[in-house]
Amino acid sequence: MEFSGISAYVVSLAIMAGIYAIFCLGLNIQWGYTGLFNIGIAGFFCIGAYTSAMITTPMPKGIYAQYVHQIFGLNLPFVFGLLGAAIVCGIVAFLIGIPTLRLGEDYLAIATLGIAETIRLIFNNEQWLANGPRGLMDMPQPLHQLVSPQNYNYIYLVITLVVMAVIYFAIEKAIRSPWGRILRAIREDEGSAAMSGKDVFHFKMQSFVFGCMVMGIGGALYAHYTKAISPSVFTPLYGTFIIWVMLMAGGSGNNKGAILGAYVIWGIWVGTKFLTDFLPYTLQSRAPYFRFLIIGIILEIILIYRPQGLIGEEKSVSKLMD
Amino acid sequence: MIELIIYGIILGSIIALGAIGLTMVYKIVGFANFAHGEFMTLGAYIALVIVSAVLPWIGIPDTRFGPLSFGWRMMIAFPVAMLCVGFVAIFFDKLLYKKLRKKKSGPVILAMSSLGTSFIIRMTILIIWGSDYIFYRPGLMRPALDLPLGIKVRPDEIFIFFAAIFLVILLHLFLKRTKMGKAMRATSDNPDLALVTGIDTERIISWTWAIGGGLAAAGGILYGIDVQLHPGMGWNFLIPIFAATILGSIGNIYGALIGGFVIGVAQQVSTAFLDPTYKLAVAFMIMIVILLVRPQGIFGKE
Repeated sequence: MEFSGISAYVVSLAIMAGIYAIFCLGLNIQWGYTGLFNIGIAGFFCIGAYTSAMITTPMPKGIYAQYVHQIFGLNLPFVFGLLGAAIVCGIVAFLIGIPTLRLGEDYLAIATLGIAETIRLIFNNEQWLANGPRGLMDMPQPLHQLVSPQNYNYIYLVITLVVMAVIYFAIEKAIRSPWGRILRAIREDEGSAAMSGKDVFHFKMQSFVFGCMVMGIGGALYAHYTKAISPSVFTPLYGTFIIWVMLMAGGSGNNKGAILGAYVIWGIWVGTKFLTDFLPYTLQSRAPYFRFLIIGIILEIILIYRPQGLIGEEKSVSKLMD
Repeated sequence: MIELIIYGIILGSIIALGAIGLTMVYKIVGFANFAHGEFMTLGAYIALVIVSAVLPWIGIPDTRFGPLSFGWRMMIAFPVAMLCVGFVAIFFDKLLYKKLRKKKSGPVILAMSSLGTSFIIRMTILIIWGSDYIFYRPGLMRPALDLPLGIKVRPDEIFIFFAAIFLVILLHLFLKRTKMGKAMRATSDNPDLALVTGIDTERIISWTWAIGGGLAAAGGILYGIDVQLHPGMGWNFLIPIFAATILGSIGNIYGALIGGFVIGVAQQVSTAFLDPTYKLAVAFMIMIVILLVRPQGIFGKE
């Protein structure tokens, strides 16, 4: 492979890892700082991607209207897509939080798992909503007029990294505020947080909604990167499980760890593709299963031998205190 | 409509087998086991190997039982597969969950580990058998019986119901009559008290996994007999069995049984109004309603 081919490959890898890093940052608010067990990331991934796609594309006209159905098409700029994705994900998170955030932590897990599966079913079955199983295509890519199409990914990498940086600093600021301290107090001991007069439910709700809004932005970035989305993309494997492994690998409770984990695990995921090339020919078609098996085993090893991840949570009081 | 209710009871008996094991593991081992659906899938595939490879090799004849679609091979494979999955469940407990318990990891970490287990089992099944739909008896016509009121039920489906009821009665007798069963109930009621009275908690946990895994395997095999085998089948049962567990109150096996029937009937009846692929969403909506109205389930205390 010549140099430009390799660098194009690295750039596409860095974009996807950057998008996953945004999901990890969103999950880190919920799990790392508040202890909320959300295993329905794929649902918010899906909603974010579809919302942004429909905000930024026009309603299909003429002959297309017969083949492509979508509930709305606003033809607005990219930034509105990102914001809209965040807002809609926040609303859905609020609704799912009402029945579950007052209950034990595993109820939230089961409920989020259910909502993710339900959302995928709805997008698959309801043609009028967003074109059913065929999905949507041709999402606009911002600033595409600046460079030739084959070099566009460099621009999109910069966009992804800028969005990631903005979210990173926003979360860092929030987490170091009194609000962030209350979240960590809830994570450590819900009872004593409640006894010091904190409304645990409301703080959990804020954390859950905030995290899901960040995930919505991740979904939107994904939609405009691949320019084609369909419900089959947002499976529990690609949409939820791998993000959990990334956060646990990097270090939950640490935003730098969330980003590092996304890049490391995505690197391993892409790297195993080369490994499976050595499989015998008859097993080649099952190569993705081997790759996911490796990711699953990595999670189990981390949980048992290094639960704090590569870089654990930073001491928030003093580095000298244990 | 009556027909849909009957189909619902049949589906419900499969869900109940999953939910009973799930509710026992939830209460006694103490976390939400997200790999429980995969135990169902694994049981179905282990039975497939026994029925289609091991027993023909030994030379067990493949005569069918009257109108049923299976015979001696399946009757032998059924308990063997249940036993195998029981041991697989114990294996994962010793390999992963026991270590996490020793480290005093919280129930959420154990649940996350079980989510990892679920993907590990599913990927292994996909590697070995691929992603195709498989029948226990390919190419076999399975005619339905015509019952009064125009109801059509296949003999297999009547078998499924009674097999599930039989297993629940066995479990009931085990829990009421045997020493181990009594110790399990004691641990379920109050783990700390059970420990100080000298009950070996680790042994109880192993038995719980064996029973939970075995019942899940039975559910998976029965679903395989009724419909077909697919690597994603267990995952699709996960939401319904959790819904049945929560509906029947966590830890209550009779609650899980009734919960299974309620969810099964609701899922089948919904197909009269909704696209059948929404069955999963119906189970989920029922679960959300219970969480809003009565989170402790129908048999739970205030």
